[in-house]
Amino acid sequence: MKISKEKFGQAFDALAADYQIIAPVSEAGGVNYLAVKSFSEVKQDYLNSKLPPKSFLFPQHEKLLTYKKEGKDVTVKTELQVEKSVLFGIRPCDAKAMLLLDKVFKNDEYRDPYYYERRDNSVVIGQACNKISPSCFCSSMGISPASSEGSDIFLIDLGDSYQVEVITEKGKALMAGLQELSELSADEQALVDTIKSAQTSSKVDVATITAKLDKMFDSPFWDSLHEKCLSCNACTFSCPTCHCFDISEEVHKNEGSRVRTWDGCMAPLFTLHGSGHNPRDKKKARWRQRMMHKFNYFVHNNGDIACVGCGRCIKSCPVNLDIRQVIDGVNNAELVVD
Amino acid sequence: MEQNPYIPITMKLVKNMCETEDKLINTFTLAFLNKEDEENFKYMPGQFAELSAYGQGEAPFGIATSPTEPGIIKFSVAKVGCVSNALHLMEEGTMVGVRGPMGNYYPMEEFKGKNIVIIGGGFAFTTLRSMAVYMLDEKHRADYGDITVIYGARNPGLLLYKEELAEWAENPNINLVTTIDKPCDGWCQRVGFIPTITEQVAPSSVNTYAVVCGPPAMIKYTLPVLEKLGFPPERIYTSLEMRMKCGLGICGRCNIGPKYVCKDGPVFSMAQLKELPNEY
Repeated sequence: MKISKEKFGQAFDALAADYQIIAPVSEAGGVNYLAVKSFSEVKQDYLNSKLPPKSFLFPQHEKLLTYKKEGKDVTVKTELQVEKSVLFGIRPCDAKAMLLLDKVFKNDEYRDPYYYERRDNSVVIGQACNKISPSCFCSSMGISPASSEGSDIFLIDLGDSYQVEVITEKGKALMAGLQELSELSADEQALVDTIKSAQTSSKVDVATITAKLDKMFDSPFWDSLHEKCLSCNACTFSCPTCHCFDISEEVHKNEGSRVRTWDGCMAPLFTLHGSGHNPRDKKKARWRQRMMHKFNYFVHNNGDIACVGCGRCIKSCPVNLDIRQVIDGVNNAELVVD
Repeated sequence: MEQNPYIPITMKLVKNMCETEDKLINTFTLAFLNKEDEENFKYMPGQFAELSAYGQGEAPFGIATSPTEPGIIKFSVAKVGCVSNALHLMEEGTMVGVRGPMGNYYPMEEFKGKNIVIIGGGFAFTTLRSMAVYMLDEKHRADYGDITVIYGARNPGLLLYKEELAEWAENPNINLVTTIDKPCDGWCQRVGFIPTITEQVAPSSVNTYAVVCGPPAMIKYTLPVLEKLGFPPERIYTSLEMRMKCGLGICGRCNIGPKYVCKDGPVFSMAQLKELPNEY
């Protein structure tokens, strides 16, 4: 079924009265996910956003609590205000990444209320990629440019209209008001089929990477890989599945907030102990951690590889360290026999 | 709303005591403000908590008290960074934040019916103290066999809990051996490094568990001694430290391989550690 963009835009604008809508917007430097009020603000034609939409669920900077000290006393308040939200135009890689983040922010003991309050109160409207970026490799990661996994509603852009698929009950509830759906023409159906069968041109092989990495912690493979890395964390910040954070305080006189901010495993201070000891003080150890976490540890803990092939780390790396080549390198590395 | 694991309870610093002669370690006694907070803070020896000095931040520390000591919890903390320094300088009566208890704990159930040898070095004696006090409690003492504590420091002034050690020395329920690195005036206990003393005084490894905490060099040289004495890796436990932020297994920095020290640890057996990469 399809709906014209005109009708869809009207419904979108009406929705903005009740929901915060996060959608791709063109801004200086690229496309990013921001709050919009009208469908006319939404960027339609672009390869992929510069930063992933994870910042809506897991902001780069957020207050966990505020406090006020008076003499020896302290008053602590929780900071957690959540609006009902629609995440619009979410690409298949990012929708899948949210499913992976779901596993991180909840474990057998704890549930992160800041993440989950937002997650539970949001609906994901996914959208297929009509154009594929040269750095994309989602087809190798069990996703495709048109996979609807992780979306509540899934759209395929047909030019003047969207093909609409309702995936979940949450999506169905949001779609309830949308009446003017019609059948696809034969040409439109052909276009849908083309988009659905599209594959990324760059590919990697991750079929055996987890098992291979089980045996590679002490491999000489890690000895030179990292050499050009600047430890800048651009890869982790632009990664839709990277979730590491710092907790620190912002203080003004006797008042302050405890804030959490994105952090990343490429930074040397990330693991520095109070004693001065640092288990990952070398870039070698940090690059190994990045690869091991995504392709081995995460699989052992959560059953999935924590890479969705969005290619953002490839685009954002200032020294062209390409994770696809690192994956190839792992596959080709000789195992040290002892 | 569900319980928010990032929000500390407020506790009162009732005592801030300098523990060692180098002034590096202070012991903080914190009192619960109400029964409800105390009931929600059910912990076991080996667990830790995130201690907040509002204005500086929070940091994780092992709980030095035993759950058999009601009303309070204690931490013995080295002054190394902003948070620990703020705590050291804090006036008694000040309110602090506590998140926890966190992490796993020494396997007190598995230890039942067994002899226990506790081996500690320097200020890594805090959760070991918790465990010893727990086992010495009259409700628990009968559950465990012989309890031996081997505790050493560079010099007598650096031993923690000196008054309690003096009591244990007189207590027939526990066999305490203390040692210092070099002889000094007035010291009539053992002299020598922990591995050497362990070899001399450790009980038979038959039906015995060893729990070892201390500086890395001490652990490195004590493990081969325990192995020589016949302790299998499954019966040697230790507790690890790591830089931590959330304490919930989410923020991503305290992992050793796929294990998070904050949530899967901090207590590990040597058998478990042998399965993990050597990155700690």
